Amino acid sequence: MNIIELLKSPWPWYVAGPLIGLTVPVLLLLGNKSFGISSSLRHICAAVIPAGLPFFKYNWRKEAWNLFFVTGIVIGGFVGNFWLGNPDAIVVADDTRQTLSALGVTDFSGLMPADIFAVSNVFTLKGLIFLVFGGFLVGFGTRYAGGCTSGHAIMGLSNLQWPSLVATLSFMIGGFACTHLLLPFFLHFVL
Amino acid sequence: MEKIQQHSPLSEPVDAEFDNIRIDGCDGANRQQSVESFTGNLKYLLVGVIFGIVFVKAEIVSWFRIQEMFRFDSFHMYGVIGSAVAVGLVSIWLIKRFNIKTISGETVSIADKVFDQGQIYGGLLFGIGWAITGACPGPLFAQIGAGYLAVAVTLLSAIAGTWVYGYVRAKLPH
Repeated sequence: MNIIELLKSPWPWYVAGPLIGLTVPVLLLLGNKSFGISSSLRHICAAVIPAGLPFFKYNWRKEAWNLFFVTGIVIGGFVGNFWLGNPDAIVVADDTRQTLSALGVTDFSGLMPADIFAVSNVFTLKGLIFLVFGGFLVGFGTRYAGGCTSGHAIMGLSNLQWPSLVATLSFMIGGFACTHLLLPFFLHFVL
Repeated sequence: MEKIQQHSPLSEPVDAEFDNIRIDGCDGANRQQSVESFTGNLKYLLVGVIFGIVFVKAEIVSWFRIQEMFRFDSFHMYGVIGSAVAVGLVSIWLIKRFNIKTISGETVSIADKVFDQGQIYGGLLFGIGWAITGACPGPLFAQIGAGYLAVAVTLLSAIAGTWVYGYVRAKLPH
């Protein structure tokens, strides 16, 4: 197996996790930046639609590095999927696959199920629930919590901050509850 | 006091501003003293590119992987987050222990997280959104780059959610 084939196959957790963890010291040493991604959403609000709200009145230009960072993530997403893309279908755990099949998911070929996330679904009920409603909760919830998986779960826990542990546990509890109580209802409803 | 100086616009009273940023002034915060140029910021773009590639290649951006995680059907995501925290933990310990400076010679400074009820209420709301969309904010950007263009709607809605939070913030329990 040559190096390109190796790069194209899915990367195991013990490669990806440490690389993500290294982002913490890399950002700190490059420019005293604390790792955190959800703030980019706040900076976009502050830059584009501050509307005189005190929460968006700050010097977002000083935090512009975060916008460069997320722009890089978009480019990396492109490179990872189109230049280094896995030629094979994703391998989903059998139990998850069976449960989701029973709930009506039929497409297990890509990273995202086309049943739900196809562009043609944007203006349908699927789009309203999975894109608009879900996205709103991600934006509202992360800001209310003061961070997301990167800012709290990775950066906060790495720095032994107990409020970040509270936040991380809350993320997980919300996710478990939604997966087992809400999602079956939503999937059943739209698929 | 550092946090106050960091964001304080001159027109705002210091107390209001302090309250404004108390909760999340440290999420993704820039603590560097010297100002960076456009080209200086490009290094963060490069870090983002590598980060985005890892996100896609380890399938962290996959809705299916998030479902596996919340259904306890795979160790993958727990392995990713756990080993990332382990590496981050050791890195920060080393930086503090040996007082390693930034490339511009500054002392590394990380703000403490302050407890706030929002970490519970907001955390639960984000968790629900995470399970629905299969994405936290980072993967949202990577999914769009990976060609899942419908996720642009999710991102716009997440920006709207952030804005609405800013609008109703004073009325929420903190």
